Amino acid sequence: MNVHVAGGDVEKRTLAIVGELKALEGPLLPILHEIQAEFGFVPQESLPVLARELNLSRAEVHGVVTFYHDYRDHPTGRHVLKLCRAEACQSMGGDRLAERVKALLGIDFHQTTLDGAVTLEPIFCLGLCACAPAAMFDGELHGRLDDASVRELVAEARR
Amino acid sequence: MSLVPEIDYGTPASRSEKMVTLTIDGREITVPEGTSIMRASMEAGIQVPKLCATDMVDAFGSCRLCLIEIEGRNGTPASCTTPVAPGIKVHTQTSRLKDIRKGVMELYISDHPLDCLTCAANGDCELQDMAGAVGLRDVRYGYEGDNHVRARNNGEINAKWMPKDESNPYFTYDPSKCIVCSRCVRACEEVQGTFALTIEGRGFGSRVSPGMHEDFVSSECVSCGACVQACPTATLTEKSVIEIGQPEHSAVTTCAYCGVGCSFKAEMRGEELVRMVPWKDGQANRGHSCVKGRFAYGYSAHKDRILNPMIREKVSDPWREVTWEEAYAHVASEFRRIQYQYGRESIGGITSSRCTNEETFLVQKLIRAGFGNNNVDTCARVCHSPTGYGLGQAFGTSAGTQDFDSVEHTDVVIVIGANPTDGHPVFGSRLKKRLRQGAKLIVIDPRRTDLVKSPHIEAAFHLPLKPGTNVAVMTALAHVIVTEGLANEAFIRQRCDWSEFEDWAAFVAEEQHSPEAIETFTGVPAHLVRGAARLFATRGNGAIYYGLGVTEHSQGSTTVMAIANLAMVTGNIGRPGVGVNPLRGQNNVQGSCDMGSFPHELPGYRHVADDATREIFEKMWGVTLSNEPGLRIPNMLDAAVDGSFKGIYIQGEDILQSDPDTKHVAAGLAAMECVVVQDLFLNETANYAHVFLPGSTFLEKDGTFTNAERRINRVRRVMTPKNGYADWEVTQKLAQAMGLAWNYSHPSEIMDEIAATTPSFALVSYDYLEKMGSVQWPCNEKSPKGSPIMHIDGFVRGKGKFIRTEYVATDERTGPRFPLLLTTGRILSQYNVGAQTRRTENVVWHAEDRLEVHPHDAELRGIRDGDWVRLASRSGDTTLRALITDRVAPGVVYTTFHHPTTQANVITTDFSDWATNCPEYKVTAVQISPSNGPSGWQVEYDEQARQSRRIAGKLEAAE
Repeated sequence: MNVHVAGGDVEKRTLAIVGELKALEGPLLPILHEIQAEFGFVPQESLPVLARELNLSRAEVHGVVTFYHDYRDHPTGRHVLKLCRAEACQSMGGDRLAERVKALLGIDFHQTTLDGAVTLEPIFCLGLCACAPAAMFDGELHGRLDDASVRELVAEARR
Repeated sequence: MSLVPEIDYGTPASRSEKMVTLTIDGREITVPEGTSIMRASMEAGIQVPKLCATDMVDAFGSCRLCLIEIEGRNGTPASCTTPVAPGIKVHTQTSRLKDIRKGVMELYISDHPLDCLTCAANGDCELQDMAGAVGLRDVRYGYEGDNHVRARNNGEINAKWMPKDESNPYFTYDPSKCIVCSRCVRACEEVQGTFALTIEGRGFGSRVSPGMHEDFVSSECVSCGACVQACPTATLTEKSVIEIGQPEHSAVTTCAYCGVGCSFKAEMRGEELVRMVPWKDGQANRGHSCVKGRFAYGYSAHKDRILNPMIREKVSDPWREVTWEEAYAHVASEFRRIQYQYGRESIGGITSSRCTNEETFLVQKLIRAGFGNNNVDTCARVCHSPTGYGLGQAFGTSAGTQDFDSVEHTDVVIVIGANPTDGHPVFGSRLKKRLRQGAKLIVIDPRRTDLVKSPHIEAAFHLPLKPGTNVAVMTALAHVIVTEGLANEAFIRQRCDWSEFEDWAAFVAEEQHSPEAIETFTGVPAHLVRGAARLFATRGNGAIYYGLGVTEHSQGSTTVMAIANLAMVTGNIGRPGVGVNPLRGQNNVQGSCDMGSFPHELPGYRHVADDATREIFEKMWGVTLSNEPGLRIPNMLDAAVDGSFKGIYIQGEDILQSDPDTKHVAAGLAAMECVVVQDLFLNETANYAHVFLPGSTFLEKDGTFTNAERRINRVRRVMTPKNGYADWEVTQKLAQAMGLAWNYSHPSEIMDEIAATTPSFALVSYDYLEKMGSVQWPCNEKSPKGSPIMHIDGFVRGKGKFIRTEYVATDERTGPRFPLLLTTGRILSQYNVGAQTRRTENVVWHAEDRLEVHPHDAELRGIRDGDWVRLASRSGDTTLRALITDRVAPGVVYTTFHHPTTQANVITTDFSDWATNCPEYKVTAVQISPSNGPSGWQVEYDEQARQSRRIAGKLEAAE
C-alpha cells in the first residue's frame, strides 16, 4: 500500500524539515525521522526532494530508507504494537504470545486493524532480554508479558 | 589471435613510494606500502579466490571468499581489506580457509540458478570460476528454500523474485543471478560518479536497485557500462553478448567519438564485433568509458550505410551506382576540367577530424601536391581554431599543456564553456572523482550544467555569465588577482616577458575591468567573480579546462589568450595538476590540425610561406608547393557563390549541418560543379553532392588518432571494410587517378612519412607505438618518451607572452525584435550532428532536440513544456519543442544540434572569431513564439533531402 499525500504539500513540508536540519553532520537520518514524525511515514514523493536538497542521488536515499525497517512507506494505525521476535523472547514463550495477540486483534504481522486503531509489527530484539518476552507499545517498553498484561495492552490499543 | 589479457589485481594500486616486503605462501614479495594482501598475492602470481573485489573499485570486504591466515594473528582476515605489513607470513590456502570458502560458496549457490550452460556469462563468469576454484561439489542446503531465483515456489508467487529488466537498450539486469557483491554500485559511485545504483533492503532481502526501485532507463543511470564491466556474473550483461556469445579474440583500438580518445578492446567473434570494453591500460581513460564509445557502435552496420560509389550529373537527379574506377576517373577528369576552365585555385578540399592522422595527411597532400594549391581546411575551423591561434601566440604551441592524468593532482579547477559530463564524459568522471576528493570547482557557463550541482558535486562558484561576455569575465578575474596582489611574481619573472606582463597588468588593473564594472552587462554578481579569483589564485594547483563555449565566439581567440594569461599570472603552467586544457570535440581534431589541415600551415604548424619547410615536402613529394595560404571553409563558400570556386573534396564532414548559416552553405555548395563527398552515410552535405564515395568506420582500418592531450593512439582494423576500402586507400586511388605516383601499402608507411617531415612526430612509428602503447607529441630526440606535460622548464616560444584582452561586445545583440540569446551545446547520448548516434539505440535517451527556456520567458510568451515553438533569428527560423527549465537564466535559451530536422544552424549567423573565422555558434539573438509545426524551410528542406537521396533502381533510402 502506498498512500499519497497531495504532492505539492509533501514537497513543502519536506523542504521545511530539511531547512531545519540540513546543517547537522550526516543529516539524512534525523531528517527521515522528522519526516516520519510529520507524515506518520516516509512518503515516496519526499525522497527526490531529499536527494536534491542534500545533493545525493535518488538511489542513495532509497537505499538508506529501505535499509531501516522503521522507516515506513505507508501510514500505520493510531497505535503501533511491536512484539519482540528475537531468541530470548522466543525462548520465554514469545511465539505463543504473538499468536495470542494476533487472535485478539484479528490481524497478522504488518497489518492494521480495520478500525485503524493498531498496527502489529515484529521487531528483532528490544534489548530487554532480561525481561522477556517484551514488546513496545507506541515507543514505550513493556516486559515480562503474559496473557493478562497482553490483554490489557490490546484493550488499551483498541481504545 | 586471442583475447587481450588483462589481470584483475583485486584492489587498486597503492601510490606509496615506501616499499614493504612480506612472504605469501613461502614466496617473498616487495610491494608499495598500503597495497592489499590480495593485490600483493596477485603480483606474486597467487590468485586468492574473490568475488566482491575488482581493481576498478576500492576494497569492500563483503564476499568472505578472499580470507587468508597470517602467522601470529588471530582469525581469517579478508585479503582485500588487509594491507601488507613488513615481514608477515601469509597463507592463502589452509584447510581452515578451504572449509570456510566452500561453505560460503555453498550459500551463494543455494540462491543462484543452475543454468550455466544456457547462461550468457558462460565462459566469463567469476562465480563459476570461484565455484571451480574452491572445489564446490555439493550444496548441502539444497535449492528449495527461500530464494530469488524462481518466480514461483511450489506454485505460490515468490515475492522475492524480480523479473529481468531489459529497459536499457544495451544491457540487461537479471536480479535472479545477482549475488549482491555491490561491485556495480561501487563502480557507479567510484568510477562513473553518478550514484545511480544502490542496494535496497537488508539481509537476505538486499537487491541492487537503479534509482528508487526503478528500471535502468528511468533511473539516473547514464549507461556508461562500468557496472556491466564490474559484474562478476550474468546479472548485468551486454545484450550483444546474450545475442552472439562470448568473444574469442580482441584488439586494442581507440574510440572514434570525442577528443578524450578512450582506449577500448574491440572484442570479436570472427569479423563480428561482440562488444567494446574499455581497456584498463588506456592512458587517457584508465579503464572507463561512456555510453557512446562503449555501446553506440551499431551505426557501423546500419542499413543506411552506403557501400557503393555513386555519381550524378545534377543534384536533382537520383544517384547512380558506379564502379570505384568510374568514380575515380570521373572525379579526376571533373577536377582537372574545372581547374583548366576556372584556374588552379578553383578547387579545394576539407579534411576530416573523424578520420585518422594518416588519412588526413593524405587529403592535404592530395590538395597541396595534386591540386597545386593550399585550399584545405578542416572542421577545427568551426571549433578549436581559436585555441590553436591563442595558445600559439601565448605559449608557442597550439595544444593543451597537460595529460588527463594531471587532473588527479589538481586542487582547483576552472571549467569554462564546457560541459564535460555530457561532452567529454570519461574526463568528466575523472574530474568528478577528483572533486569528491576535495578539489574545488569554479564553473563559468551561462547554463547550470551538471557539474554545478549533481550528487556529491557542487561548484564553489558558478558564474552564470551572459553568452558572449567571456572576455570581460576572464579579464575581471585577472583584475582581482593583479589588484589584490595575488599574482605569482616569481613565476612571471622567471618564465614570462616581464615588460609585457607590466603592460598587461596595468591594462587589467584599470577600473573598467573590475568585477563591479562588468556586472551590468555580464550578469555575474561582482562578489562571485572576486571569490572565484581569490580561490583560483590561492588554493594550490589550478587547472583551466575549456570547450567550445570559449572558442565559438567573435572573441574566441581573445578568450583563449585570457585563459593563458590567467594560467601564467597564477603560475599554473608546467607541472602536473595545472595548465590550460582545451577539451577537443572530435576524436582526431587535434590530429587533423597537426597534419596540416589549415590553408596556411603545413604539417606541424609551419607556415606555407616558410621556404625551409616547403622544401622538405617538395623534396619528398617531388612537386613545387604554393607559398600562398589558401581558402578557409567560409571563404571557399563565399568564392563558390561568387563563381570562382567550383569543386570540392569533402572527407568525413557534414558542413551543411555543422557549419553556421545553413542557407549560405547550401548556396555555396549548389553553386559548385563537382562536389565530392566521402562519408559513411548520405549526410546532409551529400544532398548537394555530385559524387559520393563510401567511407569506412574506425573498426575497418589501421591508423592513429590524436586526442585532446596530444596523445597518439593506435586504431586497429578488426574487420574488412564493408565498402571495400579504408578511407586512405580511396584517397590514394583518387590521387593516382589524378596522376600522382602514390604507392602506400599500409598506413604505417604514411606515418613514417609524417615522422620524416614533421619534427614533433620525429620518433613516432607504428613499431614505437606498439612498444609504448601511445605517446604524446612532441616525441623526438629531445623527449623520446613523448611529452605528457608541456612547457616544464620554459615555454616553447621562449618567454610566455601576456596579451591585452580588450572586451568587444559581439555585433550579434539582442533588441526588441530578438530579445533572447540562443546558445548551443551537446548531450551525453548524442554526438555532434548525430550521423552516428542517431543510428544507434542512443535515441532512447534523446530522440529530438529540445529548446530549453526559462519558466519566466516561457510564461511571458504562453509557452508550456513540450509545446512547439518557432525559433527565429536574423538569419532564419526553425521550430522545435520547448523544455521549460531553470537551468538556463532568464533571457537565455539553449538547444542541442544533434538532429538534422532541427536545423539549429539555420538560426546561427555568419559572425565569427576575428582571428580565425571560427563561427559564433554560441551567441545568436533570437525570438521565440508558440507554433504549430515545422517551419517552411524545414518542410522545403525535408522534401529536397528526400528527393536528393534517391538512388536509381533502389527503394528510397530511409533516413
